[in-house]
Amino acid sequence: MTEIRYLAPRTLEDAVSAFAAAQGAASGTARILAGGTDLLVQMRAGVVQPGTIIDIKKIEEVTAITEQPDGSFVIGAAVSGATLHDHPRFGKVWPGVLEAVNLIGSKQVQGRASPGGNLCNASPAGDSVPAMIAAGAVVTVQGPNGRRTLPVEKVPAGPGRTTLTPGEILVSFTLPARPAGSGDAYLRMIPRTEMDIAVVGCGVNLTMAGGKVTAARVGLGAVAPVPLLVEDAAKALIGSTLDEAALEAAAAACRAACNPINDKRGTIAYRTKVAGVLLKRTAAIAAERAGRK
Amino acid sequence: MNVITPTENKWIGARTVRPDGADKVTGRAAYAADTTMPGMIWGKVLRSPHAHAIIKSIDTSKAEALPGVKAVVTAKDIVDFPVDKSVMLGIQDMRWMCRNVMAREKALFHGHPIAAVAATTEATAAEACKLIEVEYEVLPHVIEIEDAIKPDAPILHDFLKHEGKPSNIAGTMVAKLGDIEQGFAEADVVIERTFRTRPVHQGYIEPQACTVSYAPDGRATIWSSSQGQFMVRAMTSLLTGVPQSNIRAIPAEIGGGFGAKTIIYLEPVALLLSKKSGRPVKMVMSRDEVMRATGPTSGSFSTVKIGAKKDGTIVAAQGTFYLQAGCLPGSPLRGPVGCSFAPYAIPHVLSVGYDVVSNRSKVAAYRAPGAPLGAYATECVLDELAEKLGIDPLELRHRNSAKTGMKAAYGATFNQVTFEETIEAIQNHEHYKSPLEKNPRPGIKRGRGVASGFWYNAGGESSAQVNLTEDGNVVVTTGHPDVGGSRASIANVTAELLGVEHDRVSVIIGDTASIGFSNLTGGSRVTFASAMVVTQSVEKVIGQLKERAAKIWKIDPEAVIYENGACRPAGPNAGQFPPLALKDLAAKANETGGPIGAGVQLNTQGADPGFATHVVDVEVDVDLGIVRVLRYTAAQDVGRALHPSYVEGQIQGGVVQGIGWALSEEYLYDRQGRLDNANFLDYRMPVCSDVPMIEAVVLEIPNPRHPQGVKGVGEAPIVPPLAAIANAVYDALGRRFYSLPMSPPKVTEVMDMKLAAE
Amino acid sequence: MAKVHVTTTINGEPTEFLCEPQQSLLDALRNNLGLTGTKEGCGTGDCGACSITLDGRLTCSCLVLAVEADGHSIGTIEGMAQGDKLHPLQRKFLEMAALQCGICTPGVLIAARALLEKNPNPTETEVRFGLAGNLCRCTGYDKIVRAVMDTAAEMRETAS
Ligand SMILES: Cc1cc2nc3c(=O)[nH]c(=O)nc-3n(C[C@H](O)[C@H](O)[C@H](O)COP(=O)(O)OP(=O)(O)OC[C@H]3O[C@@H](n4cnc5c(N)ncnc54)[C@H](O)[C@@H]3O)c2cc1C
Ligand code: FES
Ligand code: FES
Repeated sequence: MTEIRYLAPRTLEDAVSAFAAAQGAASGTARILAGGTDLLVQMRAGVVQPGTIIDIKKIEEVTAITEQPDGSFVIGAAVSGATLHDHPRFGKVWPGVLEAVNLIGSKQVQGRASPGGNLCNASPAGDSVPAMIAAGAVVTVQGPNGRRTLPVEKVPAGPGRTTLTPGEILVSFTLPARPAGSGDAYLRMIPRTEMDIAVVGCGVNLTMAGGKVTAARVGLGAVAPVPLLVEDAAKALIGSTLDEAALEAAAAACRAACNPINDKRGTIAYRTKVAGVLLKRTAAIAAERAGRK
Repeated sequence: MNVITPTENKWIGARTVRPDGADKVTGRAAYAADTTMPGMIWGKVLRSPHAHAIIKSIDTSKAEALPGVKAVVTAKDIVDFPVDKSVMLGIQDMRWMCRNVMAREKALFHGHPIAAVAATTEATAAEACKLIEVEYEVLPHVIEIEDAIKPDAPILHDFLKHEGKPSNIAGTMVAKLGDIEQGFAEADVVIERTFRTRPVHQGYIEPQACTVSYAPDGRATIWSSSQGQFMVRAMTSLLTGVPQSNIRAIPAEIGGGFGAKTIIYLEPVALLLSKKSGRPVKMVMSRDEVMRATGPTSGSFSTVKIGAKKDGTIVAAQGTFYLQAGCLPGSPLRGPVGCSFAPYAIPHVLSVGYDVVSNRSKVAAYRAPGAPLGAYATECVLDELAEKLGIDPLELRHRNSAKTGMKAAYGATFNQVTFEETIEAIQNHEHYKSPLEKNPRPGIKRGRGVASGFWYNAGGESSAQVNLTEDGNVVVTTGHPDVGGSRASIANVTAELLGVEHDRVSVIIGDTASIGFSNLTGGSRVTFASAMVVTQSVEKVIGQLKERAAKIWKIDPEAVIYENGACRPAGPNAGQFPPLALKDLAAKANETGGPIGAGVQLNTQGADPGFATHVVDVEVDVDLGIVRVLRYTAAQDVGRALHPSYVEGQIQGGVVQGIGWALSEEYLYDRQGRLDNANFLDYRMPVCSDVPMIEAVVLEIPNPRHPQGVKGVGEAPIVPPLAAIANAVYDALGRRFYSLPMSPPKVTEVMDMKLAAE
Repeated sequence: MAKVHVTTTINGEPTEFLCEPQQSLLDALRNNLGLTGTKEGCGTGDCGACSITLDGRLTCSCLVLAVEADGHSIGTIEGMAQGDKLHPLQRKFLEMAALQCGICTPGVLIAARALLEKNPNPTETEVRFGLAGNLCRCTGYDKIVRAVMDTAAEMRETAS
C-alpha cells in the first residue's frame, strides 16, 4: 500500500510548491482537496489514488467572498455552497449563479462542495459551470510560474480533464460588475427533484433595456464533453424582446450546439430536445429578474 | 378465540411509544455493522469482473503471503450441493444458494463472489483480494429476458432443460380455472397487452453486515441483521457443515430488508474465515456490492389478456409472465401467477409463469414478491377494458370482485374477501370525488388513476415466551426480527391482555438459543403470527396467576377471574377477598409455586389475504417528460391495527417504493454486462421532495381466525402503485405506457411519437 | 502506515484520536471512537445516514477526511439529547412513529435539527427539500415530515 500524505498549507505559495513538488515526485499523483465531495467518492471507488492530498481550505484567499468597490465579486475557489448561500449580497446580484451552486447535491453536500471543485472536477454535468459561463466569470489560477487569468469556459478540457498545467491551483472566480437591468438564471433537468446529476443544465445571463435584450450569454451543461458557451444562442437573443421567434431561434442554436452521448442518465435525442426547452424557460426567468426593462 | 372489539381496548389500537424507540433516536441501537469483538479482523470478498466466465483456476498464494492476511476461502470451502438433487430450506434451494454465496464452476454475473479474505484491517483484506490470481475463460453473456429465451442465447446452465433442450428457462408455474378458450369465446370485448418492467432493488439503507466468531470448541456465534435468525442459523449450517446446535445466531437491529434479508450472503463466508483464522471476523458490504451482488426483484415481460361481456362481467383472463431469476433459478413466479387475477371472480383463468436465468445477480424477495409485476399488467388492462366498456374503473372492479367462499385459480378457497370494501373506501373518499384540474398551466397535464392489489399473507411458525419479573413487570420474547415496529404492536397486545400499563412491558427479540423456532419476518406474517403466540402465552400466564391467587385464597382456581390487571374472587366467593394485582402475585411467586411465565410455539394458521385499492393524481411536465405524484390515497383492509401508526407506516412506505418502481428506479447494464448504476445517485429511489403525503385509509375488518383480528399489512401496499400511476399518466396524456419506469426520456419519446401520429 | 494525530471536539468533549490520512471521518467516528450512532448507508454522500455537523454546518461524515476534523468541532447523534432529556425532535419522532427500521433516523434527526436552526417555521416543501439528502426507504417520509413540522411548531411555542 502506498503511503498517503495529507497537507494543509496556510498560504497559496506553500500549496503551489507542495503541489508542484508532489506532482513531480514518483510517489504517485497529488490532489487538491477543497470540499472533497468528488475527491473522496473517487478515492473510495479507487478511481484516484493520490499520494499527497493538499487541503486548501486553510488558505484565506481561496475561502473568501469579496464584493469589490466596482461591484464585481471575487469568490474563492473553495468557498462552500452553504457559505455562498449565507452571503448577504451575492445571491441578490447573481441569483442564477447562486442557484446553480446551491443545486449541487444535498444540504449535506452543500456544506462542503465548492464551485472550484465543481469546475476542476471537470464533469460535463457540473451545475455551477454553465451558470458561471453565462455570468462571464474569469478564473484566477496560480502555479509555479505565477498567476494568470482565463475565462471559466477555457478551464474544462474534457470529462475529468482541465487545462490547468501541473502545479496550478484554481484560486478564485471573478464575476464582473453588473449593468442595470441585468438578471441571470440557471435551470437543470433531473428526473428526481433533488439528488441527481444534471441531464441538461442551462445558464442564461441577460441585460435588458427598453424591453430589449442588450447583452446575453448562454451556458449549456451535460450536452457535450465540456460545458459550452453557446454564442449563437446569445446572438439570437440580443436585440430581441424575447419574443417566441427569438426564443425558438436561441433554442435551435442550443440544440445545434449539443454533442451529447447516450448514457445511463439520458439519450442523445432527449438531451438535445431538453436543451431547447430549458433555454426558453431559463431565459424567461433571467428576463424576469432583469426586470424586462 | 374471542375477538377483541375496538371499544373495550386501552392499548390495542393506541399510538404508544415503541419499546425500542429511545435506543433508535439516540444512536444506541446496535445494527449489524455496529458490533465489534476483541481480536476481530475484517473480511472482504473478491468479485468477478466478468458477467459470465468459466473459472479455470484460482491461486491465492500471493494473497496469503501478504502480511496481515489471516485466512482465504473459496468455493472449495463451502459445502457443495450437486446440481442434480434439490435440497430445500423453505423456498430456497441449497444447490443455488451454495453457488450464489461463492461462484463454483462459473462466474455468473459481474460481482459474483470468487473468494474471500480475512485480514487485520479492511484495507489489507481489500489489497489481498487484488493479489488473488483467477484464470477466467470469458463466455458470451445475456442480460435481458427477451435475449435469454432466444434459441441461440448463451446458456447459463447446461443442466437446466426446457422442453427437453438446454435452456435459460429454469422452471414454469401454472394456475388454472375453467376453460380459457371457452372463456374468450364468451367474451364481447377482449384486450391483450404486453408489459415490461425492470429489476428494482429493495433499497434498504443498511448494507448487509455480520460479525462471526468461531471458537476453538467448534461453536459459532453470528451477529447479523436479517429477517430471520433461524434462517441465518439453518442456511449457514447447511453451507458450512457446522451443526445448527453449534451455531447461535443473534439478531442485530435490522436497517430495512423488505424481503431481501430472507437469504444470506456473508454469514457462511465469515464463519469459514473465522474458523480458518481463529479470529472473530467482521464483514460489511459496500453500497456498490449491495446493488451489484445482492438480489433485486425480477424484471418482467408479461402478456395479459382479459375478456368481458358488454355489461362488464369478466369471463376470462390469461397471463403469461416471464420473470428474471438472475443467474440461478428462483424468481417469484407465485406472485404474478397467483395474485394477478385473485381479487376477481373470473370463471376461466390461465396464468403461466416462466423462470428465466440470465447473467445478473440472483433475485431476492421484495415486498409481495412478484405480485406488483402481475398487477401492473392486469390492472392496466382492466383500465383499458373499463374505458372501452364505458364503465368507471372502480365500478368494473367492484362488479367483478371475488366473494367469500370462492375458489381462486391458485387453489385456495377464500375465507373472507374484503376487496369490495377497499374499493368502496376509495369511491367514497374525498380524493376520488374531488375534481382534478387537468390542464392547470400550459405544458402541464394532470391525470388520475386507480388500481387494486392482492397478497396472500401468511402464518407459519412462531414462538413466544412471556415472563413476569419479580417486581411485577412483563418481559416478552419473540423470535422475529422487528423490521418496523412489531415490538410496539406486541407490547400493545400484552399490556391489553394483562391489563397493565404499556410501559411495564418490554419486548425482546430472542436469539436462536433463547427462543423457539420462528420463521422469517416476511410475507406480512409477523404481527399476525406473533400476536397469536403471544396471546396464547399470556392466556397461560393468566391461568397461572389465577392458580396462585386461588392458592392464597384457598379457593378453587375456577372461581377466580382476571380483569384489569388483577385476580378477583368470583362466583360464590365474589367480594370475599380484596383483589390481588399482577404485581402482588409476582412478588409472591416463589411462595406460591415459583416463577410465573409461559411460552407457546405454534405453526400459526388462519391468515386471510390482503386487499388494497389505490387512487393517485399525477402531474406531467410534457416537454421534459417528468411525472410527479401530486396526491395519493391508499385503502387497505388490515383486519385490526394493533398500532395504527406502524400500520400506516407500512402502507406509506410501500406506496413510495411503488412510486419509485413506476417512475425512476431501474437496473441499467452496460455492454459488458456490468451494472452501470450501482449507487444511490444513479439508482433513483424517491427522495423526500419527490413525494407528497400518502394518505393511508386503514380499514379494520377483523380476521375471525385471529385473536385480535389481525391480517398482514406490509406486502399489499406495493402491489397497486405501478398500475395506478400508469393509469394516471394515461389519464393525463392520453397515451398508454407499457413499460416501466416511466422515466422522462421514455415519456417524451412516446409523446413525440403521438405528436408525429396526430 | 503513519497515523495522524487529530485534536477535535466531539459533542462538546475535547477528543483526540489517531487515524490514517485517507480514513473518512465516518470511519473514524465508528471504528476508532466507537460512536456507531452515525450510520453508513453508502459511503458516497448519497444517503445522509452519516450526517453530522462540522462547526455547526450539516455535512456527510463519509465525505470528510478524519484529518480534516483537526481543530474543528463535531456534532453527532450521540450528543443530541441533553443527558436523559431527549431533543424535541427525538421525542416527536417517537411519539409520531417517524421511524420504522431506524437506520436513517440518526442522520434524519441531525439534518432536521440543522434545518430548524436555520428555519424555525418551515413549510412542508421546505422540510421536504431540506431533508432530500436523507434517504429513508421505510416510511415514505410522511411521518418524518409531519414530525419535523410538529416539532417546529412546538419549539416556536416554547420559545415565545
Ligand atoms: C451526493 C452528491 C451529489 C452531488 N450532486 C451534484 C450536483 O447536483 N451537481 C454537480 O454539479 N455536482 C454534484 N456532485 C459533485 C460534487 O459535489 C461537485 O462537483 C462539487 O462542486 C465538488 O466540489 P468539492 O469542493 O467538493 O470538490 P473536491 O472533491 O474537493 O474536488 C474536486 C476535484 O477538483 C480538484 N480541485 C478542487 N479544488 C481545486 C482547486 N482550487 N484547484 C485545482 N484543483 C482543484 C480536486 O483535486 C478534485 O480532483 C455531487 C456529489 C455528491 C457526493
Ligand atoms: S453514508 Fe454518507 S451519505 Fe450515505
Ligand atoms: S426508517 Fe428505515 S430507512 Fe428510514
